[in-house]
Amino acid sequence: MTTSPSIVPNFGSDSSDRKLAIICSKGNLDMAYPGLILANAALGEGVDTMIFFTFWGFDMITKSRMNDLQFSPAGNTAMHLPGSDMHIPQSMMPAPGMTAIATKMLKKQIADLDVPEVPDFLDQIVAAGGHLWACRMSADMNKLTMDELRDDVEGIISASDFIEMTEGAQLLFI
Amino acid sequence: MPVIEIAGKQINVNEEGFLTKYEEWDEEVAKTLAMQIEVEMTPKHWEIIKFLREDFKVQGETATSRRVQTVGGVPVKEQFELFPKKPAKKMAYIAGLPKPKGCV
Repeated sequence: MTTSPSIVPNFGSDSSDRKLAIICSKGNLDMAYPGLILANAALGEGVDTMIFFTFWGFDMITKSRMNDLQFSPAGNTAMHLPGSDMHIPQSMMPAPGMTAIATKMLKKQIADLDVPEVPDFLDQIVAAGGHLWACRMSADMNKLTMDELRDDVEGIISASDFIEMTEGAQLLFI
Repeated sequence: MPVIEIAGKQINVNEEGFLTKYEEWDEEVAKTLAMQIEVEMTPKHWEIIKFLREDFKVQGETATSRRVQTVGGVPVKEQFELFPKKPAKKMAYIAGLPKPKGCV
């Protein structure tokens, strides 16, 4: 048996300056997750990550709403019954209770994968070194101040401030 | 798959250098792996590595950062302090396990 020369994984240099900016603009439960999963993955790869919450995405960081994000199958033609290719007809989607049922089902599927709920997930992202910023215009429209937002939101800033501070970053709009 | 010498032993690794045989790992090997990626092992580091080894034995897959927090009891923030930049992969490497598969 021959021995190869030593192989050590390349974990990148500690001085990597890769940055990722994610703009979360949706407040539906299903659309809250892509940004969080990607932010968490980026942080785990040593990428400096900043998230900007704007428009409906504001619900993800608003204390009174962040535990109550919902998922509606209405208008979502890619929604199948779990584990099958069957659709529920779109005409039935607005039926009373449908959003509550769909939200409960989605939450269960997410929890089964040991993926945290949105507020817990943001806790983990901040613990991993992620930065949370709130959009000035959304705050003004919703008449919200820093008091109503998660304590780890670093500030309410304008779109231009965010663009300025993310110079050189890769950007995702969700 | 390559076979390389680590701490005086013949060890099977994949193309990136992660160990591929659970039973070929021991603490001497782990010390060399840690040194190669510039991690200085403290009792807290060993506690996490041992958790990963035990958890893998039961689960058949490498614990993610999330699981090291929720089941292993070591907060994510501390994992980043102990294994800077890429805790999940560095922990798996030193523990002689595959990279974690989970997204979270």
